Amino acid sequence: MNVIVKPEDRLLYQGADWDFDTLMRIHDACEEIAGKELGLSWYPNRIEVISAEQMLDAYASTGLPLFYRHWSFGKHFAQHEALYRKGLRGLAYEIVINSDPCVSYVMEENTTTLQALVIAHAAFGHNHFFKNNELFRQWTDAKGILDYLEFAKSYVQSCEEQHGEAAVERVLDSAHALMNYGVHRHRRRAPDLMSEQKRERERREHDERMFNVLWSTLPEKASVPAAKGEEERRRTLLQLPQENVLYFLEKSAPRLAPWQREILRIVRNVAQYFYPQRQTKMMNEGCATYTHHRILGRLHERGRISDGHWLEVLHSHSSVIMQPDFDDQRYSGMNPYALGFAMMEDIERICREPTEEDREWFPDFAGCGDPMPVLRHGWAEFRDESFILQFLSPHLMRKLKLFHLVDDSAQPVLRVDAMHDERGYRRLRRALAKQYDPAWSDPDIQVVDVDLGGDRKLILEHRVAAGRLLEEQEARQVLRYLASLWSYDVLLREVDPVTGASLREHAVSPPR
Amino acid sequence: MQILDRRLNPSGRSLPNRQRFLRRAKSLVQEAVRDASAKRDIRSADEGGEVSIPLHGIREPSFHLGQGGTRDHVLPGNKEYREGDEIQRPPSGGGGGGSEGSPDGSGEDTFRFVLSREEFLSLFLDDLELPDMAKRRLVDGADPVWHRAGYSVSGSPANLSLPRTMRNSLSRRIALRRPKPEEVEALEAEIAALEGQPEHAERVLTLRAELERQLLRARRIPYIDPIDVRYRRFEPSPRPVAQAVMFCLMDVSGSMTEDMKDLAKRFYTLLYLFLQRRYKHVELVFIRHTHEASEVDEETFFHSRETGGTLVSTALEEMRKVVADRFPPAEWNIYAAQASDGDNAAGDSQKTARLLVDTILPACQYYAYIEVGREGEHGIPGFPRGPTDLWRTYEALVNAGAPLAMKKVRHRREIFPVFRELFAKRGVTEGASA
Repeated sequence: MNVIVKPEDRLLYQGADWDFDTLMRIHDACEEIAGKELGLSWYPNRIEVISAEQMLDAYASTGLPLFYRHWSFGKHFAQHEALYRKGLRGLAYEIVINSDPCVSYVMEENTTTLQALVIAHAAFGHNHFFKNNELFRQWTDAKGILDYLEFAKSYVQSCEEQHGEAAVERVLDSAHALMNYGVHRHRRRAPDLMSEQKRERERREHDERMFNVLWSTLPEKASVPAAKGEEERRRTLLQLPQENVLYFLEKSAPRLAPWQREILRIVRNVAQYFYPQRQTKMMNEGCATYTHHRILGRLHERGRISDGHWLEVLHSHSSVIMQPDFDDQRYSGMNPYALGFAMMEDIERICREPTEEDREWFPDFAGCGDPMPVLRHGWAEFRDESFILQFLSPHLMRKLKLFHLVDDSAQPVLRVDAMHDERGYRRLRRALAKQYDPAWSDPDIQVVDVDLGGDRKLILEHRVAAGRLLEEQEARQVLRYLASLWSYDVLLREVDPVTGASLREHAVSPPR
Repeated sequence: MQILDRRLNPSGRSLPNRQRFLRRAKSLVQEAVRDASAKRDIRSADEGGEVSIPLHGIREPSFHLGQGGTRDHVLPGNKEYREGDEIQRPPSGGGGGGSEGSPDGSGEDTFRFVLSREEFLSLFLDDLELPDMAKRRLVDGADPVWHRAGYSVSGSPANLSLPRTMRNSLSRRIALRRPKPEEVEALEAEIAALEGQPEHAERVLTLRAELERQLLRARRIPYIDPIDVRYRRFEPSPRPVAQAVMFCLMDVSGSMTEDMKDLAKRFYTLLYLFLQRRYKHVELVFIRHTHEASEVDEETFFHSRETGGTLVSTALEEMRKVVADRFPPAEWNIYAAQASDGDNAAGDSQKTARLLVDTILPACQYYAYIEVGREGEHGIPGFPRGPTDLWRTYEALVNAGAPLAMKKVRHRREIFPVFRELFAKRGVTEGASA
């Protein structure tokens, strides 16, 4: 008896060795499922095969394929390399870049099954998330990023040629220390990295055109003490208070050369580009993990992946989503893959087989049958914090056995504030969501004033939340960097936001 | 969908970053290299290796929240806790295991990484030098410095000086009144305008003749003539170089055990590496001696075996001969390193001392004596072993003010530190101290 095997039902590959045709076939098979069954949309894919050393390279420069030169990347490379050589740490199977086309790096050492996993995970899961999530759409310019990095690299290099490596390194060190304070957290305008290069050139040309030796011979105006009413004006002019410290320095630091301002701008733009990634880590990984699980599961169902290879997929998959308990030696915080994947699966369960409890908690979509529209909506409109607030179900809290521990240094003991029971669900969920909010985990530091009429002292404020002050030594080091950019004294006040009382002050003078 | 193979891209993309990192952490790494070198022997120094440096020197600071205040942790895997339970604070670390591992491992206080052989050696040898390298001399054929020296009429096309050539061409064209293209065009235009008008026929004729003349002139006088062409000229000028020679004197007599010879050879290996890397113009002379001495080549010096009695003066005599023969002290910076177990035939010490003081030391910039000994040889109770013959002899010379450095090496791990002490950058050489 002859069995007619339809071409699309044949095994995609056999064995662990792959070639480019295999990758292409796997990609096309995944594409069909991602598009038709999951309804995902993505940037065009570009898959680049790299070696282990190149993967280490990419690690060192925060995953970006081309980046300016700085000693800290060399340090990270040396560190990763030492760990990798000793066998203490493996390398990621892939790195994916939020760009258009979306670049996924895959390692040559991966087996065919791993390549399939990686393609489904990165080229469809992450890619869909990058393209559709509101934060990425608002804050990043996927089309422009690769060209912008190219520009940044050559610009920093030309600065090194003109002003010396040491001078550039000083600016970069200072800027890196303040990188977390180089982002606008609120909407200004859509980033347009394409025009950055043009803008820099125009600014320089304008400077060159306008340069006139005569101006430098004018006598300086005698300083007049500022009137009371001027203070308001000054604060408006300087856009104070300002949460984006690097932006403030770029625009207002009195003694920076134009090239130094441009470097601050580059660091700031890169920080802004990464800002959404920090806020969506858990969802992004959850989305990608759920996607690869669905796609490969479907391929296996259709007989395009053999049972043996499917076991390999499950093995990798389950080690990725392993979540050790808090008292386990291996515990190092919540695993974003584990929580993310668990939430996506839970949403699927609520859509397909809801319990009474689910209907009560999620009346909008419980029992709706098809989880994909709900998930796609979640992936597009939320970030980690709000996603947890919206979608974390009592069922999952019970399953993960979550509990909320309050550590008040004024008390001799730790207190269990909430656990996975009727009274605790909502408080527990709020507490977990807060953990994923950078606004809560990062110290809230802003530039509040500058004494332009007097000694030009720059005043910053740390609004202390829950009595948590800054780590003093490191804060002073950062302030020293800040002072070297500002060129005058810098004062950081840690204040209680409720009473306005000053809790501690750090004053730093610039290096002479 | 595109698949690109990036594996063939040039590797070592992060090399500039690595160099910047090493430069940044140079003093720390150098210290670490020195510490590491105390623990290893030369062969492994050849391989580079792992070093660790304190992390605080290369920290990248950022604002962090410190201890204290109220913290919330949401943790998975609750087993027995109920709401309102109070838990003893764990002795150290974040509450209930909530310590968040920082991504760059900044929790540790040392930073370990691997240096390549090149990096290790260049850091190790970085601040060493041959002391007192003062005599400089013009040497034939030593790489000259090229500098600009005006223009010439011949040269290679790469050195063509366009401005000079065009200037000559322009002045020649003006001097010989070569017609400019505009003039020719003006004539042609005028002819075209007047042609066909009978009243101007005569004028057209003269104009044509004029045009003919000008075109002929333009053909005869070329735009650029070979005599216009100029090339940038370069001239070599000799550069004085400091010439130096290093004499390696080694005792291979029967009293030297294989271990001692091994130590001595390791020392010379290091010296050899150092000179090869740092000084282009250093000659090496290898002399080994038993009861007689001979100059040998590198291969024999390091690898062949020989035994016999001990007469140190023979080696010095041989060195004197070589110096007189090939290295006049007026032109050469002369260095010597001698390795021995300190034994010498009775009666030879006087002769050795005399040779050293009278002929060798005056010719030398620096003379280093390394005494190799057995490990723990001072530890045998009941057999207190005083300084050796040679050590006593040399010590007397040093006390008398001779420019002589003396060191004892008893174990492989001492070779690196002793070597560093002998060749550290400094103004004056150290006196004898073991």
